[in-house]
Formats: sequence, structure tokens, C-alpha cells
Amino acid sequence: MNMRDVLSWLGQGFRLPRLAIALPGIALPGLLLLVALAFGSAALAADPNAEIAVAVPAADADTWRQVKDGESFIDTRHDSTYSLINQSGETWRQWRNKWVSPFGLVAVGGMLVMITIFYLIVGRSQLDEPRTGRKLLRWSVLSRALHWTLATLFLILALTGLNILYGKFVFKPLFGDAVWAAMISGTKFLHNYIGPFFGILLIFVLAKFLKHNWIKRHDIEWFKQGGGMIGDKHPDAGFANGGEKAWFWMLATAGMVVFASGLVLDFPNFDQSRDTMQWANIIHAVGALILTAVSFGHIYIGTLGTEGALEGMTTGYVDETWAKQHHNLWYEEVKDQAGEAPAAQPHDDQADSTPSSSSPS
Amino acid sequence: MAQMKFMCDAERCIECNGCVTACKNANEVEWGIQRRRVVTLNDGEPSEVSISVACMHCDDAPCMAVCPTDCFYKTDDGIVLHDKDLCIGCGYCLYACPFGAPQFPQQDAFGERGKMDKCTFCAGGPADSPEEEYEKYGANRIAEGKLPLCAEMCSTKALLAGDAQTVADIFRERVVRRGHKDGAWSAIGNGSPSAIDAMAYDATQDQ
Repeated sequence: MNMRDVLSWLGQGFRLPRLAIALPGIALPGLLLLVALAFGSAALAADPNAEIAVAVPAADADTWRQVKDGESFIDTRHDSTYSLINQSGETWRQWRNKWVSPFGLVAVGGMLVMITIFYLIVGRSQLDEPRTGRKLLRWSVLSRALHWTLATLFLILALTGLNILYGKFVFKPLFGDAVWAAMISGTKFLHNYIGPFFGILLIFVLAKFLKHNWIKRHDIEWFKQGGGMIGDKHPDAGFANGGEKAWFWMLATAGMVVFASGLVLDFPNFDQSRDTMQWANIIHAVGALILTAVSFGHIYIGTLGTEGALEGMTTGYVDETWAKQHHNLWYEEVKDQAGEAPAAQPHDDQADSTPSSSSPS
Repeated sequence: MAQMKFMCDAERCIECNGCVTACKNANEVEWGIQRRRVVTLNDGEPSEVSISVACMHCDDAPCMAVCPTDCFYKTDDGIVLHDKDLCIGCGYCLYACPFGAPQFPQQDAFGERGKMDKCTFCAGGPADSPEEEYEKYGANRIAEGKLPLCAEMCSTKALLAGDAQTVADIFRERVVRRGHKDGAWSAIGNGSPSAIDAMAYDATQDQ
């Protein structure tokens, strides 16, 4: 018997005392049986292939499952929660690089192209009748301040977000590493620090404008007529038309999802897993790209696309003719308030007037 | 040109963590960062197996593919390095990496990540002076004609580093000497139709 066989026999023999104490009646037969087993396994070990099968832990399906799931697993890195192989990493990479990145470019770029073509072919939506010169208060100072603050933050986040996704293809080769390094680190700083403020402000803006944005029956009709693009009659609209309400509810849904997923990415110090952050990243990018694409439509309609619209959000007042043409139901409610725009800014509770909030003058 | 690779022979690794210590010492890695780790499955059981893991310097490196600043590059030796001047600590390389190699010192408020640190195959990184290189990335042993210290100091020679062809030759010789008919990574007599399939198992894909 060589050394290995002795060790093997000892290995089997270690179980003997316990068995002998537990079952004294069969101790002797048990001993004989174990000795027999020990020699049996020693004989087995003489066959090199069988020896390897016993001596070497096989990397079977169970091993690979542990590798992926991190079960029965210790890691010498002190704070590591990582499995040996991060299986979802490749999935995330493919989602981001093969789908989100190219189709985001299609969505954002496609929207710009479509708006340009629309502007070149259809042109600006003009006022059908001359201005009366009589003004209606549409947006209070507070509303305008909220809108423009939110708009500024949105633009910064959209541009920095696009830079994070696409900047390396444009600015790195264009400006070189030194400029690009400053640019992209500034981008990340702005994006990460402005994001939470945008989200909090968004909640206030949504709460403030909610009363104007409940969907009414005439809004369905507004959409059926394409907001006035289909047919020659302008569809009914209250303070907010169907398109504005759609934009409101997009911000209330997609906007809040982007805010929430952004927080998951922005504060990695809450022990959220890599998998959580991968999904948060995909959701964040998809939501933000959709919002960016649609925001171009909102910006176009509010500035170049519609005569007389922008002054509502800059001065607070719109012309009577504009109100009658674009927001006829609202105009009917507030037409008796039309007059000269006062030099002094109105108090907030007089603005955004609806029958429920405005007092008869 | 050589294609540098690590290979850890799981049947030789005794979980001594010498590689981890050697790496920290060679590269003076900052507190909290551990570029190499040893993972043990079924610790204390007969099927216990250990493996040392760090950046595996992938051919098609996921970190390079997802980095928004494009700070990664591959040397002529196939070593994946990154430029800390470009890194913004976004964490995308960590999301994508199969091996959990990228680590971030938490230097800033709100858990904001610092600049990513990972194994450089002891090949340093981009810097203006050797002092700056050592400060940012650790040792550049490759420039001195030496292999990574983790593999050089491995007491059982479980961890191999070097040109992929040389590493593969050494490992193949071991496999032959061990008498495996299927290779060291596959179970014996498990009824697998093809030993090659078992060796080529890709854990990042669902079966």
C-alpha cells in the first residue's frame, strides 16, 4: 500500500468513530464494511482516469451557474458584490450600442429633418385675421419663470446627454484629447448636478399646470383633425390644446421616468447593483431621447411655427385674434378681460385665468 | 506582435492571494482599490475551486465599446489601457465589463465616482513622465521587459501571463500531463458529446 492509499483509507476511516458510537450494535459489521469500502476506493484510485475524476473538481453546469449567480462564492475584494462573470454586461452593451444609440440618432435627427421639411413646404401658421391690439393675459410671471427655468435646464440636460451618447464621434476627433477631456468632464458635471434640480422643478411645473391639462372630449377631436392640419376648420381648444396636453402628459410620464432612472444612475452610493444601473441607463436614455425629439416639435410650434405664440410666454400676453384662432374655448371664457396690456406686471392669481380661478371684472 | 493574456489555472490556484498582494505592492494602488481578486467557489467543500481574476484584456473589450469619452485604447501587445485624463467616472465600463475589473475611488460628494482604475497588465498608461505614469497607473514593467508581478510571484504558477501562444502552450502541456482527455475545464465522463464544446463554453451566453 503506498502513501496515497493510506491517506485515502484514513479519509474513509475518519467517519468510523461517530458511526460506532451511534450504532453500537452494528459497530463491528460497520467497521468491516468501511474497511472494505476503503480498499475499494483505493483500488479505484489506482486507475488514473478514475483518480482524476475524484481528485479534480469538475467545471460542470453547476460551476458555471455559480460563476454567473455568485452563489457559494467568496471574493477577496473587501466590498465586492460582483459575481465572477457579469453576464448582463454584454446584453446592456448590445442594447446601448446597437439599438439605443443608432435609433436615438434616427429619432432626434429625423424629428429635426421632418420639422425643417414641414417648415419649408407648409410654412408658418399665420394669423387668419389682423391683430386687434387687445391683449389677453395668458401666462403669469411665475408661470413664465417656471417655464423658462425648466426649459433652460432641459436644454442643458438634452445637449449634455447627447454629448455623452454621441460626442466622442464628433468632438474628440474634431478638437483633440485636451479640449475633449475638459468638455466631457464638464458635460458630466452639468448633467449629474442639474438633473435632480430639473426633476424637482418638473414636479412643481406639472403641479402648477395640471389644471389646464385634463383631457376633454374636444381634445380627441383636436387630434382627429391633426390640430387643424387636416381640413380647413380649426378644431376646438381650451386654454391648452390637444398638442400641449400631449406634451404635458409626456413630461408627466416619460419625464418622471427619466428623472427616477437618472437618480438611480446619479447616486451610486446606495448599493444598487450593476444590473439595476444597466436597466436604469437604458430606460433613462430611451425616455430622454424621446423627450428630446418631441421637444423639438414643442419648440418649433412655440417659436417659428406659429405667429403670435411666443409673445405669450415672453410678455405673458397674447393677442385677441391669436386666442380666438388657436384657443377658441378659452377665448370665449376670458374675452371680456381683453384690453391693453398693463405696464405693471399682474399679480400671479390673475393669470392663467380659467372660470374657476378668475374673478369677474 | 505578441498578444498579452492572463490565464489562471484553477486546478493550481490555492487561494493564497499572493497575486493580489503583489499587484498592490507593484502598483501602489490607492486605498480601497484592489485590481486583482481571488474568487473561491464552494469554499471548504470537496468541490472547492479558486481563480484569480483581474482585467482580462479582452480582444473585443466591452469597456472600450461603451466608454462615452473613448478613453480606452489597446496597445500593440493587445493590452487594454485607459487615459485617466479623459475618464469622467461614469461607470459604464463597470456595467459592461464581464469580470468586474473597473473600480472607482469614491472621492466626491453624493457617491460620485472618481477616475476609474483597473489592471494595466503592469504596462502603465499615458503620461508625460515616468513619475506621473507611476502615480496614475502604477508600474510599467512591460517597458522594462518584465511580465506582470502577480503572475511572476504566483507560488504555484497557477496564474500565467504573457503572449497568448506561450501561455496556451504551457497550459496545453499541463493538460496533457494531467491525462485529461477533455481538457482541464471540462468534467470527465459526464456524457458530453463534444469535449471542444465544453471547453468553448461561454458563460456570458445563455445555454
